[in-house]
Amino acid sequence: MIPLAIGAHAVPFSLIGVDDRTHSLADYAEKPVLVVIFSCNHCPYVRAWEDRMVALQAEYAARGVQFLVINANDPVKYPEDDFPSMKQRAAEKGFNFPYLYDETQEIARAYGATRTPEVFVFDAERVLRYHGAIDDNHENPQAVTRHYLREALDAVLSGTQPAAAQTPPVGCTIKWRS
Amino acid sequence: MRIQFLYYEECPSHEAGLQRLREVMAAEGIDAPIEIIKVETEAQAEALRFVGSPTILIDGADIVPSSGEALYRLTCRTYRLEDGRFSPLPSAATIRAALQKAQGRT
Repeated sequence: MIPLAIGAHAVPFSLIGVDDRTHSLADYAEKPVLVVIFSCNHCPYVRAWEDRMVALQAEYAARGVQFLVINANDPVKYPEDDFPSMKQRAAEKGFNFPYLYDETQEIARAYGATRTPEVFVFDAERVLRYHGAIDDNHENPQAVTRHYLREALDAVLSGTQPAAAQTPPVGCTIKWRS
Repeated sequence: MRIQFLYYEECPSHEAGLQRLREVMAAEGIDAPIEIIKVETEAQAEALRFVGSPTILIDGADIVPSSGEALYRLTCRTYRLEDGRFSPLPSAATIRAALQKAQGRT
């Protein structure tokens, strides 16, 4: 699967969130930066990084950065990734961003996402400026040397190009329906 | 001592996991071969009772026995580290404790 290319526009979507409301890309049109992260419940890479996702959203919210986190995994083979479990995880971890369910997997395919977590950062015109990993050390937040997502957010907010526009997403594969 | 390392190739943690296992074995002075098993199908995962990648067996026993009803499938495995964090790899301390237990040192 080929991911969205740097410079491509965000693909519109409308997905249900754990708050039982429908969230569309257009609902966040006023946000200067939109971060779409394909994620899930069961993956250990997600679990290793999710506190950092919450912390980054909290830190950058005042500057207009909005995270939208999407789970597209097949809940039949991975029941921990079903919608009720998503609600439970969001409550347990205090998710401060919409956690959306891509039941048909169409949005994950449209973005060309293959891993969880996998980050896409869009600017105010919804042009893709960064794609890849959150940072370079899933296991130990204290040992991170490159904060890719943070660097991308700072760059886009200041109107410059991220030093690293693409990094390999590191994580579990998205679990496609058979 | 029989040591088996089971992995699913699409989970990126297996190389680091195997390296960690080798490092701990070397530090413990254990010179045993590692049987490396690539799990490629759901049927194989079921047959091998493979709960995720990587899984390390010592004398047939999982170094972190699954609690509750396990699901056998092709995915990454979640480990809990000593400080409570989650990781796709068992810690060196977990591997060391399992090796020492198998040797009757604990």
